[in-house]
Amino acid sequence: MAAFLVRRLLNYLVLVAVAASLAYMLAAGALDPRSNYADRTPKPPPAVVDAQLTALNLNDRTPLFQRYLTWAGGVLRGDFGRTVTGSPVNEDLSRRAGVTFRLVMVGLVCGSVLGVLVGAAAAAGQYGWFDRMSAGLSFLVLALPVVVLANMLILLGTLANERVFGHPVFLVSGEYSDGLAAGFWGTLSDRLQHLILPTVSLSVGLVAIFSRYQRNAMLDVLGADFVRTAMAKGLSRRQALVRHALRTALIPVATYFAFTFGALLTGATFTEKIFGWHGLGERLIDSIFTNDVNTVAAISCVAAVAVLCASLAADLLHAALDPRVRAV
Amino acid sequence: MTAADDALELPRAPVEGRAPSRLRTVARRFLGSAQGRIGAAVLLLLFLLALAGPSLGKWSYTDKDFTAFLSPPSSEHWFGTLQTGADVYAVTLRGMRKSLVVGLLAALVSTALAAVAGAFAGYFSGWTDRTLTWGADLLLVLPAFLILAVMSPLFGAGQWVLFVVMLALFLWMITSKVVRGMTISLKQREFIQAARYMGVSPVRIIFRHVLPNLSSLLIVDATLNVSAAILTETSLSYFGFGIQPPDVSFGTLIADGSRTAVYAPWTFWFVAGLLVVTVLAVNLVGDALRDAFDPGSSR
Repeated sequence: MAAFLVRRLLNYLVLVAVAASLAYMLAAGALDPRSNYADRTPKPPPAVVDAQLTALNLNDRTPLFQRYLTWAGGVLRGDFGRTVTGSPVNEDLSRRAGVTFRLVMVGLVCGSVLGVLVGAAAAAGQYGWFDRMSAGLSFLVLALPVVVLANMLILLGTLANERVFGHPVFLVSGEYSDGLAAGFWGTLSDRLQHLILPTVSLSVGLVAIFSRYQRNAMLDVLGADFVRTAMAKGLSRRQALVRHALRTALIPVATYFAFTFGALLTGATFTEKIFGWHGLGERLIDSIFTNDVNTVAAISCVAAVAVLCASLAADLLHAALDPRVRAV
Repeated sequence: MTAADDALELPRAPVEGRAPSRLRTVARRFLGSAQGRIGAAVLLLLFLLALAGPSLGKWSYTDKDFTAFLSPPSSEHWFGTLQTGADVYAVTLRGMRKSLVVGLLAALVSTALAAVAGAFAGYFSGWTDRTLTWGADLLLVLPAFLILAVMSPLFGAGQWVLFVVMLALFLWMITSKVVRGMTISLKQREFIQAARYMGVSPVRIIFRHVLPNLSSLLIVDATLNVSAAILTETSLSYFGFGIQPPDVSFGTLIADGSRTAVYAPWTFWFVAGLLVVTVLAVNLVGDALRDAFDPGSSR
């Protein structure tokens, strides 16, 4: 098991290095920081622009490979370079990473737990009303892209605020209200009010995917001998389902966890941008428009590390759930 | 999946007359299911609407009505107008046509890529397999949205074909893994071995014997990729990274509509609704096809 994990980890490290390098090359090749200076008034002299770009390691007159080596050397020392405005990328991103992490974690936990529960319940009552309803709803949700869903939630949220509650309950912009002095509980409820709609828009898709996978995996084991044996030795149907069927059916679903994580990150990007959370995703979209090569490369690197951490977590989860993997 | 089930299934002796052809069986099962019928009918209607719909309206998608800015739906403007005076009906259908074309092409390219990459990786094990699998893993590590967004400055106006190719490049990985696994098991089957001992070249075996045996998987995959491609295209265009003006697509229209949606709901809900219906119909067709191709299906 340890050897297996070490081999996986090594493979992942190489993948992260290659992916980050590729992302840097792409960003440096496709984005054009020089154009940021083109429409300034008064127009800066070319020599000044050149000197500034060179200082930021963004000068397109320097060969791409040389810029890459400078960047990679910095990254190895833990320094992602500077943004187009000259401030360090590290500071900016480490502040924003927390915001994204909170959003993704809440969405992930809500999405996967609810999804597994819905799928298990649907499988337990196959072809019942709950099964049909959850199938129909997940079909609908899978046809809704996050950008549309988030906008719909904002519209419906504001409508509900006006018509149903009469005062703002769902807050749709930012992570918390600025300058709010309402004590601990006031701050907490303010944060929760801001959190509800982004979490829904992020996790509804996950619920749909996980519930489908969980339902199929659960149906595969429901007819298995060990579930029948468990009931034959005196367990109630509910006990047999929860203790034996649910746990076994979680094994294949755990592998999907790694695949959905990338989609979750992308979804978080959209959610942040639309709900105005100042996280990594919002920064990514803005930095592409401002031709901020170093920031784009740093965020790609973080995303690649996050996806691989998720697949490592899926491997560990698989091992925890399945004794056969541990034995190898 | 299919191949193994095929092998297990006992040959059913036809009761009378000729054995029904595979195509006919699949078509009968597909049309026999409610979701297949509804999905196919809705999809057909949408295609008709995208192709013939614009000529029914009075306005073309480039027209601007300077007497009606942001006006609600009326007999003059069926879906209302935008802030610029453009007719929502005409613009929406134009965007739908673009999104459908992009989705279909990207799905075809990505499924072809998945089939070839997966079959080659599975058939030639060794370093071909390792390289292709590693490449697929690499593309899975980088979120597609990120790379496509970074590359967006390269898709200038009118460069949508390049956009389609790039879109396809990020949709094939998981299917290619499935194809690889099934090719490895197909390789052991007698008819492939017979072909190999007869001296048929490996590339010919892949295209003549391996891929046709995976056709049901590939057809279903291509269908479901259409919806995946449409959804990705929408998200990219929403943020300005996909289809560039003056072209319009679902994504650019939804982005414009969401800004005015609070006080002019028609600019958002018609486009959003049409997008959801399109994706839903494609998914229904894909699901019904999967059931129809499934040899274990009871019907």
